[in-house]
Amino acid sequence: MPDLLQIENIRKTFPGVVALDDVSFSVSPGEIHTLLGENGAGKSTLMNVLTGLYHPDRGSISIDGEEVHFASPRDSLARGIGMVHQHFMLVPAHSVFENILLALDNVPNFFNRKEYKQKIAALIDEFGLDLDLDSPVWKLSIGAQQWIELIKLLMRDCRLLILDEPTAVLTPQEADRLFTVLERLKKQGKSIIFISHKMREVMKISDRVTILKKGHSITTLQRGDYDENRLASLMIGNDKIPQWQKNLQMSDEIVLEIEKLSVRNDRGLSDLESFDLQLKKGEILGIAGVAGNGQKALAEVLTGLKNANSGKILAKGEDITNSDAKKSYIAGIAHIPEDRKSIGIAPDMSVDENLIMKSFKSGAFSRWIFQDKGAIRRNASEKIEQFAIKSGPDGTPVRYLSGGNIQKVIIARELSEAPAVLVALYPTRGLDIGSAEYVHKVIADGADEGMSTILIAEDLDELLKLSDRIAVMFRGQLVGYVDPRNTTREEIGLMMSGEKQGGAACN
Amino acid sequence: MQLITERREISSALFRFSAPIVSIAIALFVAGFLLLASGVNPLEAYREIIIESLGSMYGLSETLVKTTPLIFTGLAVSLAFRMQIWNIGAEGQIYMGAMAASGVALFSGIENHWLMMIAMFSAAFFCGGLWAGVAGFLRAKWRVNEVIVTLLMNYIAILLVDYLVYGPWKDPKGFNFPLTAQFTDAARLAEYFNTRLHSGFFLAIFCALVLYLFMERTVWGFEIKVIGSNPKAAQYAGMNTGLAIFMVLFLSGAIAGVAGFSEVAGLQHRLQHGISPGYGYTAIIIAWLANRSAIGVVIVSFLMGVLLVGGDSLQLLWQLPVAFVYAFQGLILFFLLASDFFIQYRVKLVRGGIHG
Ligand SMILES: Nc1ncnc2c1ncn2[C@@H]1O[C@H](COP(=O)(O)OP(=O)(O)OP(=O)(O)O)[C@@H](O)[C@H]1O
Ligand SMILES: [Mg+2]
Repeated sequence: MPDLLQIENIRKTFPGVVALDDVSFSVSPGEIHTLLGENGAGKSTLMNVLTGLYHPDRGSISIDGEEVHFASPRDSLARGIGMVHQHFMLVPAHSVFENILLALDNVPNFFNRKEYKQKIAALIDEFGLDLDLDSPVWKLSIGAQQWIELIKLLMRDCRLLILDEPTAVLTPQEADRLFTVLERLKKQGKSIIFISHKMREVMKISDRVTILKKGHSITTLQRGDYDENRLASLMIGNDKIPQWQKNLQMSDEIVLEIEKLSVRNDRGLSDLESFDLQLKKGEILGIAGVAGNGQKALAEVLTGLKNANSGKILAKGEDITNSDAKKSYIAGIAHIPEDRKSIGIAPDMSVDENLIMKSFKSGAFSRWIFQDKGAIRRNASEKIEQFAIKSGPDGTPVRYLSGGNIQKVIIARELSEAPAVLVALYPTRGLDIGSAEYVHKVIADGADEGMSTILIAEDLDELLKLSDRIAVMFRGQLVGYVDPRNTTREEIGLMMSGEKQGGAACN
Repeated sequence: MQLITERREISSALFRFSAPIVSIAIALFVAGFLLLASGVNPLEAYREIIIESLGSMYGLSETLVKTTPLIFTGLAVSLAFRMQIWNIGAEGQIYMGAMAASGVALFSGIENHWLMMIAMFSAAFFCGGLWAGVAGFLRAKWRVNEVIVTLLMNYIAILLVDYLVYGPWKDPKGFNFPLTAQFTDAARLAEYFNTRLHSGFFLAIFCALVLYLFMERTVWGFEIKVIGSNPKAAQYAGMNTGLAIFMVLFLSGAIAGVAGFSEVAGLQHRLQHGISPGYGYTAIIIAWLANRSAIGVVIVSFLMGVLLVGGDSLQLLWQLPVAFVYAFQGLILFFLLASDFFIQYRVKLVRGGIHG
């Protein structure tokens, strides 16, 4: 039986960049094939070539042994290949149902709305998902939006599903559900190309793993022939993993205090309910909680994107909730947002320009009213080197960067001004191992110099490794603090689900 | 068979750059048929346009005279475009600027030429700016669509000027024509080479240079670019987008207002009915063709000036209606928008639907 998909010697260049060079790999029916590689290795580009969004400069793609030339994603969809993109494309004002409908062709002009709705609802049930078909997309979490993309493909009955870093935007629980869905699809004989930077997931679900490095396919390994270390060393090669060490912070000075803060969302429900939090100078305060329990609202209030309905925010003991001081205080808070693409970058502007988006008026980058282009360029080359950003030729608009590299641009910018307080939402989402370690290092080093960090993350390992204290949230309230050196994953888990109050003794 | 369109992921720089030139060429070609239909040989007509507008000192000076208000208004519109704000109201802002400058010229009694110029300029600047600033305020405060507001305010401005020149400001010695008294010498810009070419032209060039520096080199230009590229990100980076929207529309209106000043002080030396034959609308085409660049605006305005002056001679020689020039402008815009579509999308003919 020929392979379902065979890719041979693909080369793809962009102006000034060789994104793929001589890449080959194959997918058999009913397998989950993982693509592994550092940020900018070419994973997304390869998938875009495969689905016909880009045209390869060289090389061939065969399906069922027959060579194909896809002019566009429509062509590949017609052959049963569907992809969920790293940055998905939904119509925000339309409902979930309408968005799914839009993706289907051969819907008759006069169709039975109810019938289609039932079909989709049945699919949602079959896979045990939780989605309200009538809710407009903009109200949904990024994770939920991803499910919509997946349902679109399932409705079309694709044979090969491509998922580009699906778990980067899912909670661990949602990710587990996704894996159950994928296993079921596999049993139905469908093939899946899976992309992720999370080793544990890769180990768990892959049948085969192909490693991409700097645009080359290095090797393909069968399940059982690899372990985490083998994969990591193949992927990283000679690149160095940054080393860092966590020094416990002991200060008792409170830099930021939140008292009985309540925030309602646009559905009128409470995102935060009488929430309390204390942040000490120089500490890394981890926030643990199942996504949707108010973490996002907390970050938004702290960075001025949302207003509190009641309660107080005290900076160094001074009430700034409604004072003019709030604006300037908030301006000094660095923020790594969750929704990077829509609020983190100006997509059409260059990396250089995006790196100074917050500090363009400072003396470092301007003289009187004029921009200091020399200084801006020097800053960019420094940051590009430090954070190992693969940025293409000078002046490349940020939107052409790979997902992980866009992320690095934002982090480099936010951490560049020695902020007093950093609010980081899932800062290492979508980053490869080396980059994630580097970001951890920067946060830990910042703490040594007195930066206080509120670290919101889903990965408990990340929280345990990095935090001085962990605050657990449930339903918009603070459950309690735990000491990461003195707790277990189980204890935190119980607190996250609201089954246990207060944690192990923690100062 | 079926035609389908697809979004292009990347479009080549060459394609982007050549689009305006190609659209002008196609517009020339299609307009040729209009000319043929009116019994005019298009090649002869195009030759006539070039000779009349560029072939003599006089022709060239007239072209520059027409180019002047186009540069101002083209800059005004393209400045706002930079921030994804659509100022369709440059026409009305010219009228407001002209009205304010004329008011100063007629009633201030200033005798010193330079003082008078500064006073007229400032009046036009602020009046045009405030006129557009209304739309800016409404947009920033309540998200009222600025296209509608700026457009509708054109009619108010034009009628307001008409009211003045037909009524309170009418020249008593003007045989009842809708115009004011002539300005004194102190209120007139210098003229050159015994032609109608006036200092307003050099002011326009200067303005283009300043705006170029403003957009490409200053921190404000940077801020405008960020807001234009992604307003949400701008807000999150701590920029005051509401204030920026107001300021940019104010500045845009102010520059268009200065066009009004330049027209009355440099050319007409009085306020009258119909001081602008639609420069403010042509400016939209110019800004688009120039891809919002200040230097591009100067070049495209000059081309439009050629067309306007040449078009005048077509009227005289072959009794073609003025409408021909506007039809031609419309064709350019039409093909430009079409080429924009082809830059962003790929069109394909597919056999038997999409199941390949
Ligand atoms: N449209 C484009 N124009 C120019 N360069 C591009 C374009 N798309 C991708 N690139 C470049 O190609 C390289 C590979 O990018 P790609 O998005 O495939 O990486 P990736 O492996 O998916 O990384 P990540 O893990 O960060 O998502 C990057 O250096 C990127 O800058
Ligand atoms: Mg990618």
